[in-house]
Amino acid sequence: MTSTVDGRSPGLALPKSELLEMYRRMVLIRRFEEAAAEQYALGKIAGFLHLYIGEEAVAVGAIHAMDERDHLVTHYRDHGYALALGLDPGRCMAELFGKSTGLVGGRGGSMHFADASKNFWGGYAIVSGHLPIAVGLGLASQYLDERRVAVAIFGDGATNAGPFHESMNLAALWKLPVLFLCENNLYGMGTAVEHASAVREMARKACAYDIPAERVDGQDVLAVYEATRAALEHCRSGKGPFFLEALTYRFRGHSMADPEMYRSKEEIEEYRRQRDPIVLFRNRLTQEGKAEAAEFDEIDREIDEVVAAAVRFADESPDPDPETVTDYVYAEPVRVS
Amino acid sequence: MATLTMVQAIARTLAEEMSRDERVVVLGEDVGKRGGVFLATEGLLERFGPDRVIDTPLSEAAIIGAAVGMAAHGLRPVAEIQFADYIFPGFDQLATQAAKLRYRSGGQFTAPMVVRMPSGGGVRGGHHHSQSPEAHFAHTAGLKVVVVSTPYDAKGLLKAAIRDDDPVVFLEPKRLYRATREEVPDDDYVVPIGKAAVRREGTDLTIIGYGTSMPEVLKAGDELAKAGISAEILDLRSLVPWDIEAVMRSVAKTGRVVLVADAPRLSGVLGEIAATIAEELFDQMLAPPVRVAGFDTPYPYAQDKLYLPTVTRILNAAKQVLEY
Ligand SMILES: Cc1ncc(C[n+]2csc(CCOP(=O)(O)OP(=O)(O)O)c2C)c(N)n1
Ligand SMILES: [Mg+2]
Repeated sequence: MTSTVDGRSPGLALPKSELLEMYRRMVLIRRFEEAAAEQYALGKIAGFLHLYIGEEAVAVGAIHAMDERDHLVTHYRDHGYALALGLDPGRCMAELFGKSTGLVGGRGGSMHFADASKNFWGGYAIVSGHLPIAVGLGLASQYLDERRVAVAIFGDGATNAGPFHESMNLAALWKLPVLFLCENNLYGMGTAVEHASAVREMARKACAYDIPAERVDGQDVLAVYEATRAALEHCRSGKGPFFLEALTYRFRGHSMADPEMYRSKEEIEEYRRQRDPIVLFRNRLTQEGKAEAAEFDEIDREIDEVVAAAVRFADESPDPDPETVTDYVYAEPVRVS
Repeated sequence: MATLTMVQAIARTLAEEMSRDERVVVLGEDVGKRGGVFLATEGLLERFGPDRVIDTPLSEAAIIGAAVGMAAHGLRPVAEIQFADYIFPGFDQLATQAAKLRYRSGGQFTAPMVVRMPSGGGVRGGHHHSQSPEAHFAHTAGLKVVVVSTPYDAKGLLKAAIRDDDPVVFLEPKRLYRATREEVPDDDYVVPIGKAAVRREGTDLTIIGYGTSMPEVLKAGDELAKAGISAEILDLRSLVPWDIEAVMRSVAKTGRVVLVADAPRLSGVLGEIAATIAEELFDQMLAPPVRVAGFDTPYPYAQDKLYLPTVTRILNAAKQVLEY
C-alpha cells in the first residue's frame, strides 16, 4: 500500500498555495456535510442523505490530480466530489434543499449531483450502475483521440454487482482510458466487506482482467494525489485502465437513519482520533513547515462563512416552478396522453 | 390481537410463516443483522439463524436468480429487493427466469418464490428511490403482482404469496410502512390474491386505487360524502390477477369511474383496467373513465408532492365524471 505518512512524499513539493487549497477543500467538504446534517434535522433537506465525512482525502487528492478535461462519474455519496471539483457550495446546498437554483434544479437531490462544466457526469444511486457509463466515456475519448481519462468512483459494495465486472472486462479488453477508483470504507451499508466479498482486498479483483492495481492510504491526501497522478498517466498513455483502491472510513452512519449496529463505537472513535484526514494533513504540513496554525485557522474561519452563506443561499432560493415538472424528459416535449 | 404498523405486520408474518414451514427462507441485502433498512425483517436472524435469514452482497441479479434455484428445488424463498428501484439490475432474472420457469419446462419446474420490495413515492427519495414499477411486472406473463395498503392486508396477502405456487412480486408502499396502525388478528388468516377490497360502498361513482395512493383516495371519498356524493371505493390489492368481477360489479352499478395510482400514466395498470371497463361496460357507462396518475417523467425530488396524486386532483376527476 502506498502511504506517505512515514516517508517522503513528492506531493509535498507542490506549491504551498496548492497544498493549502487541498486543505481548504477538505475542510469545506467536512463543514458542508455537517451543515447538511443540521439542515436535514431541521427538515430543510428530505429523503435520503449520505455524508462523506471521514473520506474527504479521497475526493480531494484524486480530483486534484485530474486534468480538468477528464471525466468524473461517481456513486451516490457525491457531495464531496462536487465540492472537490470546485462547484459552488450554494448551488450544491440548494440541490439538497430541492431548490430551483440547485445543480440540477432540485430534480435529483443529494444522490444525483451533476455539472457539465466540470465534466462531472453525476452521482448515481443505483450502485454499480454508473460504471458502464465510464467505460463509454473512455471509449468515446479513445475514438476521438482526446486523451481524456474517465474516472469512475465507487464503493467496495459496488464490486459485488455484475456491472462492475462487465465494465472492468470491457475497459481492459479495449484498453480504454478508465480509472476505476474504489473507496473501500470497509462497509457497504450495514454489511462489512468480509461478509459481502469473497476477497477483502478490492484491488485483487482487478487481476481477473489483467488490470494493474494498487492500494493507497485513503486518509492521506497526498498519497491519494500521487497514486491518482500515476494511474492517470498510465491511462492517458494508452495502456488501458487502472484500478486504484483507496482505504478509507466513513465517520458517520451510512445515511441519516443508521443505527450502526454493525460496527463498534470504539472502532469509530479510533478512526476519528487517529485517522482523520484533515487533522493528519494539517499536522503533516505543520511538521514540514509548510504552513502555520494561523493560516489554517484563517481557512477554517473562511469556510465557516462560505458554508453559512451556502445554507442562506439555499434557504432563500425559490422552489422550482410547478410548470417545469415535465421539463427535460425529451429533447422536445412529446405528447403521451 | 395486536395493533401494528404495516412494516411490523410484515415482520411478524414472515416470522409466522418461517415457524410454520421450514422451507421458508429470507434473503437480501441487510435483511439479517440490520433487520432490513425499513426493519421489515427485524428479529428474524436472532430467531431463525443465518441459514434461514441470509445477508447477501449487493447483487440483485444473483439474489433473484438464487431464489429461483432455491424455489425450483422445493424451498420457499422470500427475497427482499431493498427498494423497488433496484429491481432493474435483477429484472432479467425475474422476467427471463422466474416468470418463465413453469412454462419453459412444460410444468415440470416451478418457482414458488416471493420478491418483496418497498415501492412508490411520497418520501422525497428522488428518481432512483421512488418508482412504482408494477407495470413492468404486470406486463411479464408468469408473475403475480400484489400491492398492499394496510397492515391487515399485508399479513393476509404475504401469507397467500408465500403459499402460492408461482412467483409473486409483493410491493410494499414505503410511504405507508408506518403511516397508520391497525388491529391485526393473531390467527393464521389469508387474504386471497386476486380479490379487491371494497373500502367504502357507494352509488354515484367508483374510485379505484391501490398502494401508495390509498390514503388520498379514501380522503377524497370522505370529502365527496360531505358534499352529498356517494363514492364506492375499491382497493385493488392485486394487480395480477386483478379482480375483474369486483370492478365490473361496481362500475356497472355507478356508471362512472376514476382510477388512481402513484405511477406513470403511460402504459400503466390503470390504462389496462380502464380499457377493460370500456370493452365490457361501454353501453352502461355514464362518463368515460378518468385516470389520476403520476406524470410521465422520472420521479422528481423537489416536486415529489406534485407527482403524487393529490386529493384535489382526485376530486377534480370525480367532478369531471359526475358532470360529464
Ligand atoms: C442496485 C442497488 N442495490 C442496493 C442499493 C442500496 N444501497 C445503497 S448504498 C449501498 C451500499 C453501498 O456500499 P458501497 O458501494 O461500499 O458504498 P459506500 O456507501 O460504502 O460508500 C446499498 C446496498 C442501491 N442503491 N442500488
Ligand atoms: Mg463501502
